[in-house]
Amino acid sequence: MADLAIRNDPQVRPQLVQGGLSLHDVTEKVSSITEARTPRQWYIALAITGLGTAMLLGCLGWLVWNGIGIWGNNQPVGWAWDITNFVFWIGIGHAGTLISAILFLLRQKWRTSINRFAEAMTLFAVLCAGIYPLFHTGRPWRAAYWLLPVPNTALSVWPNFRSPLIWDVFAVSTYLTVSLLFWYVGLVPDLATLRDRAKSIFRARVFGILCLGWRGSARHWNHYEKAYMILAGLSTPLVLSVHSVVSFDFATSILPGWHTTIFPPYFVAGAIFSGFAMVVTLMVVARWIWGLENLVTMKHFENMNKVMLATGTIVGYAYATEFFIAWYSGNPYERFTFMNRAFGPYAWAYWTMVSCNVLSPQLFWFKKIRTSIPAMFVISIVINIGMWFERFVIIVTSLHRDYLPSSWGYFRPTIFDILTFAGTFFLFLFLFVLFTRFLPMIAVAEVKGMMAHEHMHDEVHAGAGAARVQEAH
Amino acid sequence: MQDNFSDKQAATSGAAGLVQIGGTPSQATGKTYWRSLNELTNRPEFRDWVEREFPSTAAQMLDGASRRNVLKLMAASFGLAGLTACRRPVENILPYSRQSEGFVHGKPLYYATAMAHGGAATGLLVEVNEGRPTKVEGLPEHPYSLGAANVFHQGSLLSLYDPDRLRGVRREGRNARWEEFASFVSQEFHQPRLGSGDRLRILSERVISPSLHAVRDHALAAFPNAKWIEYDAVETLENCSAAQAVFGPGVVPRFHYDKADVIVSLDADFLGLDSPTVLSSKQFARRRRVSSEKDGMNRLYVVESQLSTTGAAADHRLRMRSSEVVELARALAAAVAGLSASGPHAKVAAVIAKDLNAHRGRSLVVAGPRQPAEVHALAYAVNQALGNIGQTVTFVQGPAGGNARPQLEALRALAGEMSRGEVERLVILGGNPVYTAPADLEFAANLKKVRNSIYLGQEYDETAAVSKWAVPEAHYLESWGDATAPDGTVSLQQPAIQPLHGGKTQAELIALIANYKDQRGHDILRNYWTAKLGGEKAWLQALHDGMVPNTAYPAATVSVDTKRFVSGTPSTTGVEVVFVPSAKTWDGRYANNGWLQELPEPITKLTWDNAALLSPATARQLGAAQGDLISIERDGRSLNAPVLVQPGQADNSITIALGYGRAQVGRVGKGAGVNAYKIRTTDAWHCGTGFTVRKTGGSYELVQTQEHQSMEGRPLVREATLEEYRREPNFAREAVEAPPLVSLYGDHDYSRGNQWGMAIDLSACTGCSACIVACQAENNIPIVGKDQVSRGREMLWLRVDRYYSGSEEDPQAVSQPVPCMQCENAPCENVCPVAATAHSPEGLNDMAYNRCVGTRYCSNNCPFKVRRFNFFNWHYGTAEVQKMAFNPDVTVRMRGVMEKCTYCVQRIQEKKIEAKAQGRRDLKDGEIQTACQQTCPSEAILFGNINDPNSRVARVKKQNRNYAMLEELNIRPRTTYLAKLRNPNPELEAQHG
Repeated sequence: MADLAIRNDPQVRPQLVQGGLSLHDVTEKVSSITEARTPRQWYIALAITGLGTAMLLGCLGWLVWNGIGIWGNNQPVGWAWDITNFVFWIGIGHAGTLISAILFLLRQKWRTSINRFAEAMTLFAVLCAGIYPLFHTGRPWRAAYWLLPVPNTALSVWPNFRSPLIWDVFAVSTYLTVSLLFWYVGLVPDLATLRDRAKSIFRARVFGILCLGWRGSARHWNHYEKAYMILAGLSTPLVLSVHSVVSFDFATSILPGWHTTIFPPYFVAGAIFSGFAMVVTLMVVARWIWGLENLVTMKHFENMNKVMLATGTIVGYAYATEFFIAWYSGNPYERFTFMNRAFGPYAWAYWTMVSCNVLSPQLFWFKKIRTSIPAMFVISIVINIGMWFERFVIIVTSLHRDYLPSSWGYFRPTIFDILTFAGTFFLFLFLFVLFTRFLPMIAVAEVKGMMAHEHMHDEVHAGAGAARVQEAH
Repeated sequence: MQDNFSDKQAATSGAAGLVQIGGTPSQATGKTYWRSLNELTNRPEFRDWVEREFPSTAAQMLDGASRRNVLKLMAASFGLAGLTACRRPVENILPYSRQSEGFVHGKPLYYATAMAHGGAATGLLVEVNEGRPTKVEGLPEHPYSLGAANVFHQGSLLSLYDPDRLRGVRREGRNARWEEFASFVSQEFHQPRLGSGDRLRILSERVISPSLHAVRDHALAAFPNAKWIEYDAVETLENCSAAQAVFGPGVVPRFHYDKADVIVSLDADFLGLDSPTVLSSKQFARRRRVSSEKDGMNRLYVVESQLSTTGAAADHRLRMRSSEVVELARALAAAVAGLSASGPHAKVAAVIAKDLNAHRGRSLVVAGPRQPAEVHALAYAVNQALGNIGQTVTFVQGPAGGNARPQLEALRALAGEMSRGEVERLVILGGNPVYTAPADLEFAANLKKVRNSIYLGQEYDETAAVSKWAVPEAHYLESWGDATAPDGTVSLQQPAIQPLHGGKTQAELIALIANYKDQRGHDILRNYWTAKLGGEKAWLQALHDGMVPNTAYPAATVSVDTKRFVSGTPSTTGVEVVFVPSAKTWDGRYANNGWLQELPEPITKLTWDNAALLSPATARQLGAAQGDLISIERDGRSLNAPVLVQPGQADNSITIALGYGRAQVGRVGKGAGVNAYKIRTTDAWHCGTGFTVRKTGGSYELVQTQEHQSMEGRPLVREATLEEYRREPNFAREAVEAPPLVSLYGDHDYSRGNQWGMAIDLSACTGCSACIVACQAENNIPIVGKDQVSRGREMLWLRVDRYYSGSEEDPQAVSQPVPCMQCENAPCENVCPVAATAHSPEGLNDMAYNRCVGTRYCSNNCPFKVRRFNFFNWHYGTAEVQKMAFNPDVTVRMRGVMEKCTYCVQRIQEKKIEAKAQGRRDLKDGEIQTACQQTCPSEAILFGNINDPNSRVARVKKQNRNYAMLEELNIRPRTTYLAKLRNPNPELEAQHG
């Protein structure tokens, strides 16, 4: 294929939009997904994920009614699947902002086809993540009220600002807010496109409100680009800060296996790793369902796979460093914790983690695997399994055997642990199902901007904006 | 009805007696008091109460003129009147027309009483809050308590409030009225019907109550042909039949462990279950505490089959089958006498004999209650040869007791009579013999042949179910009574509450049957003692003190002919089974007591079950792993029991605790453990050989609170021999290098005021676990049940960790109580997002329960894992009656809340307020005692102000044995430990090596 021949020549950049699509074709392709008759499969998907979400609500209700004893958490394992899942989902939520903000600032044009999708994933993942810290207390109304510095009857009682959990509250809520804004601002021109294409008055009104009166004037574009740039700038440190702060939950404690200075970069790398894996998993499916092959190309996948290869290797390096430092520190408790991870009762979890996270991404060194849709689909899922186990290993194996052997224990999940976790997946997919039906899942305006840039090299940036304006009308 | 009876009794009790449940509505639910508006508003007590409690609304509520108020009160009284239908009406609640002496609302009163357990009385002090006993402590003046109490004393409080107690009389299982029973008794027992009592038998446990003795004498005089049989399922050092056989009826040996430099225990668990009082632990600990390397300490050799608390405390422990101990005793007697001994134990016996001979008059050999008379005779001979008689062991002469024959013989004879239909009327006073009698006596079947059987018991248990009549027995905290300690000291029991379920005492029942001159418990006791003491004043004084002065038994001179007791060579066929009392349910009587069921057994750390303890080698031989079911069989009787592989257990010997597998028991005890009585027969009563054991294939979940037994080489419990300590006095401090570190957030100022601290002496601690139950009672700690314990969710604030060291066959065990360390630089505090756990200026790590949101982060970050989380609402469904056990000074925690040891902050505050009220600025050292400290039989726990250089705890913390666990983490624990010392015999060490 000519396509392959181009890609094999490193001198020539492959086109990010293929199949000779015109600007109009792109708009048509993306918008029609939300405008066509609702396919029956969509209802089936909505029903399944909706039922799963109802199950999640049921599990949470049962939890609130009874207490967190319905989970397997115990003494000494005070945190188990709850915080594992929290960190897992937060990690998933990392790729979105990274793709949107950092790659935007680094002018990686290939991001445009996947950023909307990845940002939506971020939001939904953060929502799923937020369930856990709130509900793992068993009395979420108390946690919600007292973890925030809201005025109360005893005004002198503030949250404890020394606690990393408070830092978490701020870090995660800031991340959620900025991600939401960023996603929404990016949506505005596309919402306007949908408004303009709307056939029913209702649809036009709804999108008209949502697009905040966007008319596509040069002034709008000027403000929009600035705002987008500022938000990208704001989000960039957040990408690093959120998972760093999450890692402080562990790093600032005195528990062997948690008390480690390597955690912030290690967690950020792990989060990007798992986030990209999730984007690949979902994108493969979406691309196949809606036939987006020309917009989301092999180039995109390959790039993402390369990111996974790099971050997976960083994660592997972090595992090795942890072991080395445990030995080098001479701290017997630290040494024991790591030996116990690798050879103790949870060795199966440890080796699952290592094989999934360190070994499986190494396959991406091979171009054939890197560019094979089935292979990357499987590997991306394997990576996310591995990343879940990474959090499980960090949290549970450190807790279950700490300083005093008399207090050692073992954690076993209950059916409610499993159903709740499964429930968050359903919620995540439920939101996705809604998202794909009602909103443009590819940033049309941005893709076209990128096309303009690629196809009309001599045009200035403003010109590209003008092209978009024309198209929008 | 029944209430009438006890009320009148209580009303006559006088100032030193019972505190009435008061008449002010603040104390109990108002719904039972107010009959009409009139009554309500006119009662002066009520007006008084209102005025004191709500001064601002008093006038408004009582002027009566306002229409609003009338309507409000009408509505209230209608509502409340409706509610009275929900409860049995209680007729006679008396107001404080005469308020008890010293009573102040909200402040507890303390009454001296005593609890009989294991055939011995221990003086106790009962805390009564607004008419409810909420805590028992040892009575400091009592010679067998000296202020301490054991697990059973502490746990007995919960038994009082057991919702499954027998509530009222039952006739053949149906509910009946007391009057019905009384008329039955007068028809059936009163003259002339019964004549001389030919076919009347009375079965009780060993009677240690002088007033019951008097009633018994009266009964036996009234019915000369009746027989009174005593039977105890569990024997202790003081009441064991073997000792009685050797020394003669009524002679009680008294051991003075504090005077002995060398102690040899021949299967005597004197620090544990073979001594029902706490005195032996106190005496022993006195010789284990050393303040510097210049002090000496005693040496303890223990010979036993199962690892007991005494064995864990031993300097040398020789593991052998219980039935073989006699051989060692023979070798030891020979060696002490200077004869050359032969046999497998000759070598070790010679070394011990040498040590004993070096401490003539200051050594002690104790034989255990599960050993035959020969071992007791030999122990006596050795003590005599060493000149210990009169020094470390003395004898007193008590009453001979009811049985002319040994208890087991008497019970066998009774069972024979019953089976032949020769018993027409049988009165059983407690003890649940259907459950506890030897299996070969077929007691249940025989009891059914008795035409009229009456059982007085606290529960509707196995015996009650088979008896024609079951009469509720009063708990000791509801009873007027008396009981003797092993040395004869008489303690008086006074009720701290009315009988909750119309219970009767043993004396009351016999008085009714035998038509004794006094019928009510109070009268029986009072008239008995006023006559004895010569007046009302002396009686009241004795009641106040809890003890009758000068009642100790006279000394006895004993001579023993050891040759009379020679038994044959112990049988080595088959497997030996040793029956021991349970450290938690004793003989089964506490099976429905949640505190005790959930208490981790001191050595195995097993909760909610018993198990067949097998040595690792025996288990391997059987191919059985922990939790596998085995069948233990002999003579057609068999028992299926789960295996617990116990390090230190003798090979080919199975130890199994009695007191489990109750068939007829309340909700708590249901399904707990297996019934070892099924294979306990008269010829294998304490210990039997010739059992066959096989694996049956099934398995059973045993739940231990501690699953990991090794310290993994970590310096948690620091231990040395006395010799090593003398060589390196600072070994404990130097075990870990802890350079001074700085804290990120700066330090609190700990230089001023009271700074609370604790020191725990691991040399003195035996691991008995009384502190755990005391803590549970004091701090309203819930139980969670076996399933939740298996998930690691037990709530005990204070736990006792037990670690093994050495080989699997012959391990050494150490116990380490772990409360909250109250770290000065507490890792839990930094991580709490809502500042629910914070430091007090007095150095306490406080929990604000109301603030806690339940993230459990503090627990994760606690290196000692002493924090406990309410995973569920553990108090949900607590029976009304059980709520009375709560300590009103301590919050009952909700689910989702973290809790932990507070150093009994409520006790600290109480004493601080008291001192302030008295105008004192400083608290006296020792004025505040934590619950664990107060009850500790070996005085291993010290608490006080470490800012006061003269306080005991501050001085102890200066000792070189003092160390802080995990101090290298820079957390600066306020609870520190004194390193454990052992004093092994170098000669024996060399032999082992």
